[in-house]
Amino acid sequence: MSVPRHWRESVKRYRLIGSKCKACGKVHYPERTVCPLCKSRELEPFQFKGNGKIYSYTIIWAPPEGYEYCKPYAAALVELEEGEIVTTQLTDCDLEKIEIGMPVEIVLRKLFAYGESGIIVYGYKFRPVLPIL
Amino acid sequence: MKTIKDIGIVGYGAYVPMYRIKNSDIARVWGNDPIRVPVKEKSVPGPDEDACTIACEAARNAILRAALDPKKLGAVWVGTESKPYAVKPTATIVAEVIGATPLINAADWEFACKAGTEALQGALGYVGSGMSDYAMAIGVDTAQGQPADALEYTAAAGGSAMIVGPASEALATYEASCSFVTDTPDFWRRQYEHYPKHASRFTGMPAYFYHITNAAKNLCSEVGKEPNDFDYVIFHQPNAKFPMAAAGMLGVDKEKVIPGLISPYIGNTYAGSAVLGLAAVFDVAKPGDTVLCVSYGSGAGSDAFSFTMTDKIDEVRNNAPNVKSYIGRRVSIDYATYARYRQKIRM
Ligand SMILES: [Zn+2]
Repeated sequence: MSVPRHWRESVKRYRLIGSKCKACGKVHYPERTVCPLCKSRELEPFQFKGNGKIYSYTIIWAPPEGYEYCKPYAAALVELEEGEIVTTQLTDCDLEKIEIGMPVEIVLRKLFAYGESGIIVYGYKFRPVLPIL
Repeated sequence: MKTIKDIGIVGYGAYVPMYRIKNSDIARVWGNDPIRVPVKEKSVPGPDEDACTIACEAARNAILRAALDPKKLGAVWVGTESKPYAVKPTATIVAEVIGATPLINAADWEFACKAGTEALQGALGYVGSGMSDYAMAIGVDTAQGQPADALEYTAAAGGSAMIVGPASEALATYEASCSFVTDTPDFWRRQYEHYPKHASRFTGMPAYFYHITNAAKNLCSEVGKEPNDFDYVIFHQPNAKFPMAAAGMLGVDKEKVIPGLISPYIGNTYAGSAVLGLAAVFDVAKPGDTVLCVSYGSGAGSDAFSFTMTDKIDEVRNNAPNVKSYIGRRVSIDYATYARYRQKIRM
């Protein structure tokens, strides 16, 4: 992926900004230009809060190139509070303790880097909700 | 030094990574006495963490406590010596992540372990002069010590963000500050080197203690107080002993230092150290309590600050995770895992 393409997508990836259908109220991530539910083209940017629960997950032992640094890791579908499901990497979690329905929250992490001299790509991941002492 | 306008800290936020390596394990690997170590354990950033990601979580926590629209920030300044890029500001990424761009000043500040309080001095001046209503200063590091070097036992990761704003909204009002600086080569890292060098015993008396005590004394004489008049005192924490020794030299009761002393549990978070100690004190201080915070950065210098807690602290304290929660969230890793996470094995 080119540097300009990363740059165009970075803000949405940093802050989990999707879209909301003005006609039927459905929220989407990533953003859509046409609502898949009612086919309306009247959409506005929507900021998700970043809280959700694990809908499904799998452990990745053979990751795509660039992600070896953090293997093994969990890839998950997270059902957001607002009612959309996003694909994400889980971080800061014990792989043996992940459960469907487990509450998770958004964090910003390093996704990958283009070698030693290229850009560092940051984006959201989810982690188990931090216990407050 | 004082400001023209009445200002204070309107929000603060901390972050400490969850991995820990025991000092006894580092000693075991290098054949040293596992009993005579500077701290119990130190924090280690995960493989997907760096100074930027740590700064982002601390910044988000500070925004939560301040309940502030990030667009109102006039500056986001990140003090660190572990910038992910040698050239490209960390602060622009942080500003973008929290939604504070584009009408904002963003920059990285550098002054070894006092880069965070240096940025805080700047933010106090920026808001105190009326150039902006709010400014955020972050102290953060993912410090690296050379394998087997004395610094490997303490070089840790963590950070803390402070939002400066009007005194009327402050959880701690600002009274005065002092910066005390000399050219002292106690610790340095040359361009393209992975690890820093230090002048061993030279780091104590002429470096840490000289600057800390003088910054504290000069601030105290400006505000007409003795160091022991404060309810809480935070010093930069390169290990567990130095802050206590500094307290002794300044006549400060040890129990005033304990609440802000976190190095025994997480090590030295460098530019994050004094400001994380300050956050830990904000987590427990009561309205009316007075706080003295003194940083130290090699090279060398200290910044000292005087704050008074307001009623607002009780309202906002629980709006974000406290320092204790981050310290309590710990996963012990062995030296081999630590070496992998910190990329100490070069392939
Ligand atoms: Zn629709």
